[in-house]
Amino acid sequence: MFSATEPASVSEPSTTSAIFGRLSWDSIPFHEPILLGTFIVVAVLGIGILAAVTKYRLWGWLWREWLTSVDHKKIGIMYLILGIVMLLRGFADALMMRAQQAIAVGGEQGYLDAHHYDQIFSAHGTIMIFFVAIPLVVGITNYVMPLQIGARDVAFPFLNSLSLWLTVAGAGLVMISLFVGEFTTAGWLNYVPVANIENSPGTGPDYYLWALQIAGLGTTLSAINMVTTVIKMRAPGMTMMKMPVFTWTALCSNVLAVAIFPALTGAFALLMLDRYVGTNFFTNDLGGNAMMYWNLVWIWGHPEVYVLILPVFGIYSEITSTFSGKRLFGYSSMVYATVVITILSYLVWLHHFFTMGSGASVNSFFGIATMVIAIPTGAKIFNWLFTMYRGSIRFELPMMWVVAFMLTFTVGGMTGVLLAVPPADFVLHNSLFLVAHFHNVIIGGVVFGLFAGMIYWFPKAFGFKLDPWWGKVGFWGWVIGYWVAWTPIYIVGLMGTTRRVRHFDDPSMQIWFVIAAIGALIILIGILGFIMSIVMGIVKRKELADTTGDPWDGRTLEWATASPPPSYNFAFTPVVQDLDAWYDMKKRGHQRPTGGYRPIHMPRNTGTGVILAGIAGVLGFAMIWYIWWLAAVSAVALFVVAIGHTFNYNRDFYIDAADVERDERERDRLAAAEA
Amino acid sequence: MSETMATGLLDAMMQQQSIPVPRRLRALAILPLLVLIAGCSGTVLDPAGDIARQQRDLIYISTVLMLLIIVPVMILIVVFAWRYRKGKGGTYDPEFHHSTSLELVIWSAPLLIIIMLGALTWSSTHLLDPFRPLDKAQADMNPEAPREAPLRVQVVSLDWKWLFIYPEQGIATVNELVLPLNRQVRFDITSTNMMNTFYVPTMAGMIYAMPGMQSTLHASLDRPVESEGFSANYSGKGFSDMRFRLRGVDDAAFAQWVEQARASGRALDLAAYRVLVRPSERVPPEMFSSVPGDLFARIVERCVEPGTRCMSELMNHGRAEGGHGAMPPATPEAAPAPGHNISAAVPHAGMPEAH
Amino acid sequence: MATTAPTEATDPADFYVVDPDAHGHAHDSPTLLGFWIYLMSDALIFATLFATFGVLSSSYAGGPTPREIIDLPLVAINTAILLISSITYGFAMLAMGRGKLRATQAWLLVTGLLGAAFVSLEIYEFSHMIAEGATPQRSGYLSALFTLVGTHGLHVTFGIIWIVVMLVQLNQRGLHIENQRRLLCLSMFWHFLDVVWIGVFTFVYLLGYIQ
Repeated sequence: MFSATEPASVSEPSTTSAIFGRLSWDSIPFHEPILLGTFIVVAVLGIGILAAVTKYRLWGWLWREWLTSVDHKKIGIMYLILGIVMLLRGFADALMMRAQQAIAVGGEQGYLDAHHYDQIFSAHGTIMIFFVAIPLVVGITNYVMPLQIGARDVAFPFLNSLSLWLTVAGAGLVMISLFVGEFTTAGWLNYVPVANIENSPGTGPDYYLWALQIAGLGTTLSAINMVTTVIKMRAPGMTMMKMPVFTWTALCSNVLAVAIFPALTGAFALLMLDRYVGTNFFTNDLGGNAMMYWNLVWIWGHPEVYVLILPVFGIYSEITSTFSGKRLFGYSSMVYATVVITILSYLVWLHHFFTMGSGASVNSFFGIATMVIAIPTGAKIFNWLFTMYRGSIRFELPMMWVVAFMLTFTVGGMTGVLLAVPPADFVLHNSLFLVAHFHNVIIGGVVFGLFAGMIYWFPKAFGFKLDPWWGKVGFWGWVIGYWVAWTPIYIVGLMGTTRRVRHFDDPSMQIWFVIAAIGALIILIGILGFIMSIVMGIVKRKELADTTGDPWDGRTLEWATASPPPSYNFAFTPVVQDLDAWYDMKKRGHQRPTGGYRPIHMPRNTGTGVILAGIAGVLGFAMIWYIWWLAAVSAVALFVVAIGHTFNYNRDFYIDAADVERDERERDRLAAAEA
Repeated sequence: MSETMATGLLDAMMQQQSIPVPRRLRALAILPLLVLIAGCSGTVLDPAGDIARQQRDLIYISTVLMLLIIVPVMILIVVFAWRYRKGKGGTYDPEFHHSTSLELVIWSAPLLIIIMLGALTWSSTHLLDPFRPLDKAQADMNPEAPREAPLRVQVVSLDWKWLFIYPEQGIATVNELVLPLNRQVRFDITSTNMMNTFYVPTMAGMIYAMPGMQSTLHASLDRPVESEGFSANYSGKGFSDMRFRLRGVDDAAFAQWVEQARASGRALDLAAYRVLVRPSERVPPEMFSSVPGDLFARIVERCVEPGTRCMSELMNHGRAEGGHGAMPPATPEAAPAPGHNISAAVPHAGMPEAH
Repeated sequence: MATTAPTEATDPADFYVVDPDAHGHAHDSPTLLGFWIYLMSDALIFATLFATFGVLSSSYAGGPTPREIIDLPLVAINTAILLISSITYGFAMLAMGRGKLRATQAWLLVTGLLGAAFVSLEIYEFSHMIAEGATPQRSGYLSALFTLVGTHGLHVTFGIIWIVVMLVQLNQRGLHIENQRRLLCLSMFWHFLDVVWIGVFTFVYLLGYIQ
């Protein structure tokens, strides 16, 4: 009561009007040169792209072939594009933070004030996890998993399209917050009490909550879809223990996602009620309990790390096995390790706040539970190691990423176990050591694997490999950049420096932050190298073309079909007899049928997903700005469109046998021309 | 300095095993060592108090335990990657994908390390529990010394500065913490609005300061120190400057300092507190010659302002007994026992489930 | 390809389902499984709300206590209504199984009306509480109570809307295979809400009342 009457000096919401809510010209940051400059660049680029699409009359094509597509392959590619675009935004935030910390030492305040710096670190974390890592992981899963199990699409193709566009709508809201209003300053999990209405009356936390509720709904629906797909759509003969490892890890990851996202949705919904209705869930007074928010978000938050990294472990497994020319060592122990990690990851969330004083026994339990996860993870590292053992390793780009990952990730695992010892955590909690640790496992684990996966499956999706020289620039940029950027952060963490600090008094620390900033610039070279490898790949696509469908001598079913695969994936559903099904088929003298094609049953494209997500985005924007009439209109529209969709019973069609035959003949012709 | 040293060390190791290793991979492998070596100058690793010292030792022991398995694994990764690269002579055996004995080793090696670490974790977590008084530390320092009651300091995190109340001395300070050496200190910690952590890296690990809750930390300093403490948990706009000075001084200097505070003449009365509680940044150290004895308890109970009712009075009881509700008490039994002590009912920090 | 070329002629039928009819493996619809997984995730949202209610169940903050606001007879009647609606939905499914369109629609209508009665009584209960000053803003306990009970009520409302939509679609297309599948999903949804309500009734109302 006492302190609640003293609101923190945060920008007050302007008076609300009936038509525009609290949105006014003051909401646009005209007086911020950095933001204004960014806005102009984005606007010019955006108008340029829109003009080009109009000039070349691509709107129809875009709508028919992409926006309304329910093809899991196209949806996967669109997820990946979203992830890469958002990576650029999140990385720009990272560069700004690095620059600020490198400058603001001693008496210097740097070039960012608290209001901006706090938004930047909040946006960086939010974007990197929710709109980079998740879309990239979901995108690769979407593209590869149905092919690996020999399916023609996912279980619910429309739902898949809806999930994608909901994620895009959430990302859109985060991007809008850059230019209209503000983003949250309460960290990447929008912590209370900072995010309580008394402390943050502005639009920041509302942007956060609506963006993540909309995107989170997309992620949950996508996870339900993927679990059902793996369980129901596998090719005949593919028993659970003959599933490719990537499919296994995708299954576990999505089961986990279904199990944890409700906790996040619940926590965010309660915070929304606190902020909009005035309830007392997380308030300081009237019986609220802020710690409950921390518990709920971390019940989501820790398993989320595994939602991201399990499929990436699958990627590493596929690549190691393919490029070592061997079946994965210890397939079944790999599967068990994955399942064990899935279960254990649910039991460790409290290690994110040992220092709240839960008592020694509770802390030790969660600390030891956390360490136990290191056992199956360690087993996985050994399995990759012994897959390489007595192999014939081809060091193409994907395999280089794997070795870099194994070396980098091991260190991150070690610092992670260190942080799981509660008394050690008492001195390292919330320090830059912790920040270095999770960047070590997320960059060295998730990001390296995502690049490995994108490079590995790129020829499958587009029919040509990425440019290897630029690919190597990307690789070394990331690997060297990672170590240069994060080793100093480990060190300043051990010097007792905490995270989210805007400037430092001790001048002896400046050197470390300068090195870290240089590291970030090296990573920038890595990012540009990757983008250049795509550009140069397109330029040299004839040279780098793959007509076999199997450029790496692969082992799983996605390599059995053409590159890029036809919309129906497989003209005939493959029959699986062994683990590494495609390798087994090749060994037995694989032959494709040359006739007897049949019509193929496929889902029809629909615009409902993109329309629903668009309305959801408008609803979010209206709620953020208190434009109540628009919120009501869009909520009703959401209902009408969703119910209207259920009246459409005409959702599928058959591809003519003749069309299938033509596609398959064309594939044979190309392969023959190459030979 | 350390980089060349560590590289040299690794060079020697590699030569001994006479396995060729590509330079670039070798550079990766030494980085964890580099981190440890370079970190030695850090505050966390240079403690001035027993608790911080034990925590540092724990970091060392755990790291060494883990390196027992990490180092061989990293060497094997590099060796295998080199030896079995295509066309360079390593045996190629595509059928080698299962070995029960190898898998036993794979699972049991990390298991053994984790068992050791787990045992260490269990004992150290209980030993270094911040709620636990430092009997052991005291006994080590001076076994003959009579058991001295700990010095009590009440810590309040405000937006954005620290208030320290010395209830026994009857004084209070802002952003300055002075402690006598070799004496156990019991910190009771709370917050007015935001969540912070109370953290002095040279003295002991951190603990959360949370509104409406009280947490506790026991610690001591054993050498003269001029250091800094701060919040390690982001708490809004003024967080980066939410720092305080820590001085560890001998008993005489401490007594002198207390006298100085008493002589300063400013009382931390309600009016002064109202000014203090307003959000402010970069606040210079201040001293108060006197402070109400129940101020801390009232901050925890969120009833400093006259007329507000304390949490423990309110929390588990309905408005029936409060007299300003619209409804009459449902039953007479619902009324609570009269005259309960506010400080006895202070909610303790912990998981919500623990209530 | 590095793999050795086939040494003898092989049959494509060893590798592919060349005749899907003969194979007879056509996937059964994944919809029911997918919907069941959705229900599990919804159950976890309720679990979150139950846990929150558990934490805040005695945070009265000087506001009303359960005994002062719970109208147990009213809630008991409401519970009975919802349980009966589950039974009537069961009759609708039996009618569907026998292929009787009109009977299916009739039982669905009864279920929908019972659901509407449940929601109406809940709205009455809430408005009564708010009129007495027991608003969701008054205390953590009341925030948790309104949110948990209200979220369930919102689900029942969605169920009613779904029933109405199904009545229209049954009119348009009869017991189409797709409609049958939807009715099965709705059935799971409706019974699920029943199960959740039993938890709500026990933890919020009964335990609250005897506290």
